[in-house]
Amino acid sequence: MACELWAGKLDAYVDGELPPADERAFREHLRGCAWCAAHSLELLQTKRAVHSAASKRFLPDASFRARMQKAFAVPRNPGRNFNWLPALAAVAAALLVVVALSFTYNRNRVRERQLMSELADLHVATLASSNPVDVVSSDRHTVKPWFQGKIPFTFNLPELAGSPFVLLGARISYLNQTPGAELIFRVRQHQISVFIFQDRAVGTVLAKEMARTELSFNVQSWSRNDLRYFVIGDASADDLDKLSSLLKSST
Amino acid sequence: MCVSEERLVPASFEELAMPLLDRLYNFAHWLAGNREEAEDLVQETFAKALKGFSSFQPGTNFRAWIYRILRNTFLTSRTGLKSAATVPLDAEGGNDALPATQRTPESILLERLDQQLAREALDQLPVHYREILLLCEVEEMSYQEISATLAIPTGTVMSRLSRARRALRDTAQKMQRS
Repeated sequence: MACELWAGKLDAYVDGELPPADERAFREHLRGCAWCAAHSLELLQTKRAVHSAASKRFLPDASFRARMQKAFAVPRNPGRNFNWLPALAAVAAALLVVVALSFTYNRNRVRERQLMSELADLHVATLASSNPVDVVSSDRHTVKPWFQGKIPFTFNLPELAGSPFVLLGARISYLNQTPGAELIFRVRQHQISVFIFQDRAVGTVLAKEMARTELSFNVQSWSRNDLRYFVIGDASADDLDKLSSLLKSST
Repeated sequence: MCVSEERLVPASFEELAMPLLDRLYNFAHWLAGNREEAEDLVQETFAKALKGFSSFQPGTNFRAWIYRILRNTFLTSRTGLKSAATVPLDAEGGNDALPATQRTPESILLERLDQQLAREALDQLPVHYREILLLCEVEEMSYQEISATLAIPTGTVMSRLSRARRALRDTAQKMQRS
C-alpha cells in the first residue's frame, strides 16, 4: 500500500528540501513505514546513480579550453619590471602544494561520503526489510557464536543488563565485497545498527574516531584491533555515545 | 576592521564564468549529444553572457543565470527545437506524482540502478527530464536555483523531478528487460 500521507514529499525529503518541522515528522514516520523507507532508499539510489553516471562524463578538450580562455580572458596590464619573477615562482610552487593537498583531501572527502551513504543505505535496508535479522536473539552468547565461520574475524559483545539497549539480533552484511557483522539494537522506539568490518575493507579514508550526521542519521565510528565499528541510527547522539562506550569497553 | 578596496569591486565576467567552463560543457554535451554542438553551445553562451553581463546584478545567482542562458540557447538550436517537439503537452498536468504502488519494499531493494544503465537511460529521456535531473543531481542545485534556471515555479520543480526519476527507472527497467 502506498503511503498517501508522505508519498508526494519523498523527493523533497531526499533532496533536503523539506522544512525542518516536516523533516523531523517524516523521520519519525520513516521508522514505522516500510513503504516510505524503501521508496526513500530507491530515490537515494537513483540520485547516486545519476550523479556518478553523469558528473564529469564529458570534458572539454584542451584546444577548446584554450580557445575559450583566449576569447574570454581579460587582457592584463603588462608589468613594468621583472622583480616579481622569483615571487611568482614561489607562489606557483606553493600553489602546486596546495592543489596536491586539496586534491588528496577532496578525494578522501568523496570516498568518505560514499562510504557513509553506503552505510546509511544498509541501515535503511535493514529497517525496510521484513526479515531484518538472520539470527533473532537478545543473548550475546547466542549471537556471537552464530558468526563463527561466517565472517573472517571475531568480536566481543557488551553486557547490556542495566542499560536501555536491547539486542534484537544480527545479520551478515557486506561492504566493498567483504563480509562483516551487523548487530541490531533497540533503544526505546529507535533502531540502531552496529556494523563491524575489518579495517582493510574500509580503507584509510576515515579518522580513527569520528562522529557525524549522514542523511539525518547519527553516525559514530572508530577503529580498534584492526576492526572498524560503525554505529548508525536515528536515536540521539547521546544514545549513540552510550552504546559506543559499551561496545568500546567490551573490546 | 578595514575592508580592502579590491573586495568591493564586483567580480569580472572571467572570474565568474571560467571556473564553470567544465561543468557547463558537461551539461551542454548531455543536452546536445555531441562534442561539436556542445562546444558551439558553450561558446555562444559565453558570448551572450558577456554581452549581457552589464544587466547581471552582482550578488544574485550567476550560476543560475548562465545555465539559463545555455539552456535557452540550446532550446533555440536545431537539436533543441527537435527535442522540444517531443515534449508531451500534458507533461506538467495531472497529479500522478505518487510512485507506482504494486511494488513491494523488498522488490524495490533488489532493483539497484547501476551506473552504466543510468547513463544509457538518461540518454533516452526527453530533454525536459534529463535537464532537471542533471541540475539537481550533478549540479546539486537547490529547488530555488532550478526554478530560476528553468523559469518554472518551485512546485513544478518538485513534481517534474519526481516524474523524471520515475521515468528514468522505468526506462532503465525496460532496457534491462529487452
